[in-house]
Amino acid sequence: MSLTKTERAVIVSMWGKISTQADAIGTETLERLFSSYPQTKTYFPHFDLHPGSAQLRAHGSKVVAAVGDAVKSIDDIPGALAKLSELHAYVLRVDPVNFKLLSHCLLVSVAARFPADFTAEAHAAWDKFLSVVSSVLTEKYR
Amino acid sequence: MVHFNAEEKASVTSLWGKVIVEEAGGEALGRLLVVYPWTQRFFDNFGNLSSASAIMGNPKVKAHGKKVLTSFGDAIKNMDNLKGAFAKLSELHCDRLHVDPENFKLLGNVLVIILAMHFGKEFTPDMQAAWQKLVAGVANALAHKYH
Repeated sequence: MSLTKTERAVIVSMWGKISTQADAIGTETLERLFSSYPQTKTYFPHFDLHPGSAQLRAHGSKVVAAVGDAVKSIDDIPGALAKLSELHAYVLRVDPVNFKLLSHCLLVSVAARFPADFTAEAHAAWDKFLSVVSSVLTEKYR
Repeated sequence: MVHFNAEEKASVTSLWGKVIVEEAGGEALGRLLVVYPWTQRFFDNFGNLSSASAIMGNPKVKAHGKKVLTSFGDAIKNMDNLKGAFAKLSELHCDRLHVDPENFKLLGNVLVIILAMHFGKEFTPDMQAAWQKLVAGVANALAHKYH
């Protein structure tokens, strides 16, 4: 599965909007993840997961920044996320099913904030993009 | 069996009251077909599905989307017995329509995104959680009679 030229353009354009509220979107994404899918909290026993906690905000920022890195190197996502891919495979070992859950919650956050920009095409392109990102991050699992 | 507390029921019904089923149904089904193109396999007789704009503007998609979402409204009236409420539809989707239940999950998540778009900030994490529970419950109920 690879991204077409049109999809890449749509993704980069949408990122322009997302980046203006990156930190808030990151935090909101994680809040949505933990509310809708409580089992995902098992990966964060060491975190204060109350909405708005400093750790949640910091981690949300980190996640969205990584998505941004993938957008900025959209022609070479494996290259851009190589270190993160190793981290997830050898250290974090988050079960692959959770990437879908996180991706969905990110899309919900973006859709809620930018409904006019989140057209069917943008929705399709971003769903595919996050799927590619997820594949890259789980590529070295076994 | 999924159980909804009073708060979850209130979240769901309050939001549902403001949904324009006719529009949201077409939007949800349209996006399913655009975002997950393989789902088009069930709609060979729907005419032009060749592009995102063709799909979103397709009158058959809109009509069928309305039908599907209207049925979803029945779920909300029967949150305590989704399996019972969807028993007949479950048989239909298995025996006649031959739909892989995975598709119910895809549509449920697309619907959640539509709600986020329509309601913005009002669609809080807690609201979403209640709705995720509902769409999962509906998906399970629709798959329940499969054999």
